[in-house]
Amino acid sequence: MSAAAAKHQPVAPEVCRRYALTVGDTSLILAQRLGEWVGHAPALEEDLALANIGLDMLGQARHLLTYAAELQGGDSSEDDLAFLRDPQDFLNLSLVEQPNVDFGHTLVRQFLVDAWQLELFERLQQSGEAKFAELAAKAIKETRYHFRFSSGWLVRLGDGTEESHRRVQSALDALWRFTHEMFVASPAEVDAIALGIAPDPASFAAGWSSRVDEVLQEATLTRPADVAYAWHGKRGQHSEHLSRLLAEMQFMQRTYPGAQW
Amino acid sequence: MVAASPVEQQVWQLLAEVPDPEIPILNVIELGVVRYVRDEHERGIAVGVSPTYTGCPATEVIQSSIKARLHEAGFATVRVDQVLAPPWTSDWLADSARDKLREYGIAPPAESVDSPRRLFGEPTVQCPRCSSRQTQRVSEFASTPCKALYRCTSCLEPFEYFKCI
Repeated sequence: MSAAAAKHQPVAPEVCRRYALTVGDTSLILAQRLGEWVGHAPALEEDLALANIGLDMLGQARHLLTYAAELQGGDSSEDDLAFLRDPQDFLNLSLVEQPNVDFGHTLVRQFLVDAWQLELFERLQQSGEAKFAELAAKAIKETRYHFRFSSGWLVRLGDGTEESHRRVQSALDALWRFTHEMFVASPAEVDAIALGIAPDPASFAAGWSSRVDEVLQEATLTRPADVAYAWHGKRGQHSEHLSRLLAEMQFMQRTYPGAQW
Repeated sequence: MVAASPVEQQVWQLLAEVPDPEIPILNVIELGVVRYVRDEHERGIAVGVSPTYTGCPATEVIQSSIKARLHEAGFATVRVDQVLAPPWTSDWLADSARDKLREYGIAPPAESVDSPRRLFGEPTVQCPRCSSRQTQRVSEFASTPCKALYRCTSCLEPFEYFKCI
């Protein structure tokens, strides 16, 4: 083994752990948001759809958080990471913690994330770390299906009635400001990129843009202007919405530590 | 590839008795999730299983059912490994599974995941009840992650379709 490779060894587990949380927390928090729709969606079919997409996201999160817990060592588990961490220790994109508001907001948020995950998982399959490459190869198949669903709905709502168009355009205007963060590497990502573990999110921008523009055009929606970058969820700096979401998600384990079914 | 030992063959036969918890007419071999069976002698039996969907809740039930069936047959030490790569695909469903699904009222995947026809829109899904090709998709999602919801415009019955993925 070369000296350089030997030198990398103690660093890599921590880099992998933080990157696993970056990708995994985004899936986990979005899964929780989608779960909030269960029993409340406009139709039974959409209720099932949002729950099923949430389940796929939860599956991604479980693989990544289990891996992060292994790297952390000791007796920590995926459950400790999900249920006992404080908001500032979550590394998810700010976009996914934004509230559901209405079906239009939920679909726009999903659509923007699906398009981004397609770019991410396409490249993450080439990760130097097998755990990430394997998960990406598995997840991208599901993400393609999610994207078909969310872009289909965006077209139906955008090119639908006056009311549906107005609502989905206002959701797009409200959520667009959170998209810039998707393409700017956080410190955790910078470290992972340097070791060939993660793709550079800057490389997602062109593909994401053309995918998004194509659907927006068909949906007769207007792409909002880009706004200055001010969101740092991936650095652990979150909006107040994450605290409220976690208060609900973590309530049981915080109140009755170690409780089991 | 090394031929299965008599012990491994016995394990394969036992796995054919382990049903999928969500579509119980299929066993786990027909579902295409069993990747390998290894007799590791003093370290027991190892079975490699691929999840169908990353978040499918049936994955854990399948793992415990496999252990339970093998324990019952006298194998004291059984390990179930989760195998993520290569990812499971609906192409791995056994041919016998397709007929069983149809009899059960679920339309099997209409085409191979690698089919070039997939570039040209939705496949035609045949009604499992009356075999009509006049069907419509109602929802891309249904009661389990692996299925979509359809209806037949000939016999007017709703039915589930096993998605191509």
